[in-house]
Amino acid sequence: MAEQSNMFLILLVIIPLIASPVCVLLRNATAAWAVSMAVAWSVFGIAIKLVNDLSASNQVLYYRIGGWDAPWGIEYALDKVGGLVILVVSIIGALSLVYAKRSVEKEIPPERIYLFYAMLMLCLSGLLGIVITGDAFNLFVFLEISSLSSYVLISLGKDKRALTSAFNYLIMGTIGATFYIIGVGMMYMMTGTLNMADLSTILPAVADSKTVMVALAFLTVGISLKLALFPLHAWLPGAYAFAPSVVTVFLAATATKVSLYVLIRIFFTVFGKVDVFETFPIQPVLLVMALAAMFIASLAAIWQQNIKRMLAYSSIAQIGYMVLGVAIATEAGLTGGIIHIFNHALMKGSLFMAVGAMAYGAGITTVSDMAGMGRRMPLLMAAFVVGGLSLIGVPLTVGFVSKWALVSAALDAQMWPLAALILLSSLLAIIYVWRVVEIAYLKPAPENAPKPSAVPLSMLIPTWVLALASIWFGANATFTMNMAGSAARHLMGGY
Amino acid sequence: MADTFSGLINYWVAIALMMIGFYIVIAQGNLVKKIVGLNIFQVAVFVFYISMGKVKGGTAPILDDSIEVYSNPLPHVLILTAIVVGVATTALALALIVRINRAYGTIEESEINEQDNVLDASEGKP
Repeated sequence: MAEQSNMFLILLVIIPLIASPVCVLLRNATAAWAVSMAVAWSVFGIAIKLVNDLSASNQVLYYRIGGWDAPWGIEYALDKVGGLVILVVSIIGALSLVYAKRSVEKEIPPERIYLFYAMLMLCLSGLLGIVITGDAFNLFVFLEISSLSSYVLISLGKDKRALTSAFNYLIMGTIGATFYIIGVGMMYMMTGTLNMADLSTILPAVADSKTVMVALAFLTVGISLKLALFPLHAWLPGAYAFAPSVVTVFLAATATKVSLYVLIRIFFTVFGKVDVFETFPIQPVLLVMALAAMFIASLAAIWQQNIKRMLAYSSIAQIGYMVLGVAIATEAGLTGGIIHIFNHALMKGSLFMAVGAMAYGAGITTVSDMAGMGRRMPLLMAAFVVGGLSLIGVPLTVGFVSKWALVSAALDAQMWPLAALILLSSLLAIIYVWRVVEIAYLKPAPENAPKPSAVPLSMLIPTWVLALASIWFGANATFTMNMAGSAARHLMGGY
Repeated sequence: MADTFSGLINYWVAIALMMIGFYIVIAQGNLVKKIVGLNIFQVAVFVFYISMGKVKGGTAPILDDSIEVYSNPLPHVLILTAIVVGVATTALALALIVRINRAYGTIEESEINEQDNVLDASEGKP
């Protein structure tokens, strides 16, 4: 595929990176919010422009830092998979900043708010950097930028368990990232290069060596830790449950998706010419892990009392679906996995936003606190139901589009038991979503419940934008299917 | 046989350190000791990278007519970056431990888990 130089790539990283120290220097909550808001929306604008350029030119966009040609210099490259992921990250970033203003004022001590925005900008910069970099070691640096800032963001939660969750995440995240550099180091030993495109041309010659095999194992395990693939998910439920609402929204909708993107990049770009799934016994391992995530995490979700923790377990199950798509390793399977990155960001974003707004208005934290919410906060509860239906995979929601793509990919690949298991695991989603809906609509609120305070429009609108988007893209999936389809085609080697 | 051992001594050391560090992270209940283990684990990777770039008899990459063999400086530079990342991680982890100690009054994992379990169990009950 031809290449085209594009300066906007570097701006995607630079703008939020500079905004972060600016927020610290401003030392003022409102000013820091205003700066972050402007940055997040301009990043969103740039992402749209880049995606437009991608579909217009049908080329890989690149930017060479300092004018050094690859593989000597560090190269940023964006193809269609990356385009979809930066779209997801920047949409969620822009909407969470609208949502953040009032939510953060209630959850974080006023003297720390400007630091919160500094960290959020750093995290945004790191996540976008991971997606656009074409250099394996540079990816590690961005991975650590986004991880370190997300540990801080999680520890800002009000509950003291936020601190231990952040600490556990730090330990697991660092081990994951270190595994990743061990893998990169071994690849460098065999090939003498760190540039992903260059690696992909040299690796086939040495793919039979034990070193490369071990490298792939380290990379897969390390990224699976960051991805929270079952059974390496232990850090996720606590981190999502006790982080401030906005942080949960932002991380749940972006961080794990970006890690999945890294996994796809390793399997289909770096090892793209090796045919990983033929050479290495990776497919059965991923399939078993993905299926275990879908069932065990969904079962765990059914028993949770804390509502954010319940949604976190559901996220682990949904990650299972995405990995399942990757593990099927056909063009259709990959399309299913990639489209679920986008779709899951919409639905989990709206669910966590709705829960965060209900926590803002009525102080709910557990499933039983939801009693009577259907009447007390009808608009938010309706958004929650839309998100919930999407998790189950009801037609006309994005969840249906994802599951349809995955089931038909499994059938195409002659893996019919997988198709049955996908449908079976959806039944578990019905149970945990219905549990909340039943309490919210059928159980009256306790007599002494205080009247919920009004939820500001700045929190209500982003919630509904995401909820409506999950209906819109569910009813009219042409755009997302085309995008995911051509991304998958590109990854599988055709154009 | 002797060559496999002495010629690859750096890698054996790296692997041994890696395992020791990893074991400490998993087995120790004290949060500070966990961070010590994590540091050993990371340092092992640094040793691994630095050994990889060293060429026997090679010197630092400074152009001079009298020098013919150079070591590969790239892995060394990469590790400078990784060391900085490691320092940042350690600093953040220690800061978190200070906050945890203030909130829980302990830095022993088992005692923290007990307090967390009480909090988890109290959720969902009126």
